[in-house]
Amino acid sequence: MTRQDSLPKDSHVYSETTEQLLRELVAHLRQSRTQLREEWARRITEARVLTAMTKEEIFAEATSVYDNYVEALETGTFEALQAYARNLSERIIPRGVETHEVVGIVLLLRDVLARSLFAKYRDDFEKLNRILDAYEPAANRIANTVAVGFVQERERVIRQQQEAIRELSTPVLQVRERLLILPIIGLIDPQRARQLTEQLLRGIRTNRAKVVVIDITGVAAMDATVANHLVQTVEASRLLGATVIVTGLSPEIAQTLVNIGVDLGKMNTVGDLQGGIEQAERLLGYKVRPLAETA
Amino acid sequence: MEVPILKQGDFLIATIQAALTDADLMQLRSALVHQVVRVRSMAVIVDVTALDVMDSFATRTLREIAHMIRLRGAETVIVGIQPEVAMSMVQLGLTLEGVTTCLDLEEGLVYLNQKKAKSTG
Repeated sequence: MTRQDSLPKDSHVYSETTEQLLRELVAHLRQSRTQLREEWARRITEARVLTAMTKEEIFAEATSVYDNYVEALETGTFEALQAYARNLSERIIPRGVETHEVVGIVLLLRDVLARSLFAKYRDDFEKLNRILDAYEPAANRIANTVAVGFVQERERVIRQQQEAIRELSTPVLQVRERLLILPIIGLIDPQRARQLTEQLLRGIRTNRAKVVVIDITGVAAMDATVANHLVQTVEASRLLGATVIVTGLSPEIAQTLVNIGVDLGKMNTVGDLQGGIEQAERLLGYKVRPLAETA
Repeated sequence: MEVPILKQGDFLIATIQAALTDADLMQLRSALVHQVVRVRSMAVIVDVTALDVMDSFATRTLREIAHMIRLRGAETVIVGIQPEVAMSMVQLGLTLEGVTTCLDLEEGLVYLNQKKAKSTG
């Protein structure tokens, strides 16, 4: 009975002490704000991180980071800090600031503050220990929050760019009535291959295409999965009544396709894009002549 | 549901209007194979625009129809396969090989008329 009673009471007392300690800590950090902030900015410059930013910018950011840091320590909530970290990342990522720099400066701040605590409580070792007990977990969480915020923002930017590249890199173009070309450039993964096929099939239907030239000059390598996708694309296009001509197979890709034994019997291949378009024109009944000849 | 078969000049046109049961497909097959010679058609067009799924039985039956009609002296054109249907068909390995396919009914008629012009002219 006594034990059951004492347990929550103990933890309550403990948390109150932690809170008290943190309050004391925050008061100290507020008091020494100017001095600690300058010390931090100096150490950032010394460590030669954030070279993409000017001294004034670093100082301005350092001030807001410092205030957010102290606030997070005081309130124990990290939402404001998280939002700030995201916002900061949004601003500094385009300027080429790296992850190690962001993590580095937050750790520097942690160290600067810890040093100041050592200096302040150097006579009361017991107290210093308790203060550090309260400070360290909170400081580590802050460092984590900022680093994770930065990395997440970076990943978001990367995802956005990937999507943009993907959309840009698969244009289905009409070069003549009922003739489409699909130039494929870069790496093809199964996801992109599927997207490509879908776009092509939609293109065939909207443009009422009879012939499609798929040019893969810009594709460096191809594995079995992607090769099979290509074969499927050709077959699916045929089901919609369009003939596919594949052009620009590099010697390496030709070698791979032969090695993995992809059935290319159904594929109509021509050496280069020009040849492909010429054959497509023949299939469609076009004849291109120089003007002089017609005159 | 029975599939209506219309005679249009030298061609027979069968327009599938809703998902078909296996029995419907068998009925379509026998109707087409009988009629094609009776009305002296040159070709049969099967329009599948309304189908948003095509299973292996339907694909196999369509291929059988095409092959049987060839043996009866005519040609078969499948028209109106939807892009999504085409995607899922090739993923399942159902490719209707040896069967002519066209984008839609109009394209099918153009294709057959050209072919007719070539063989008569």
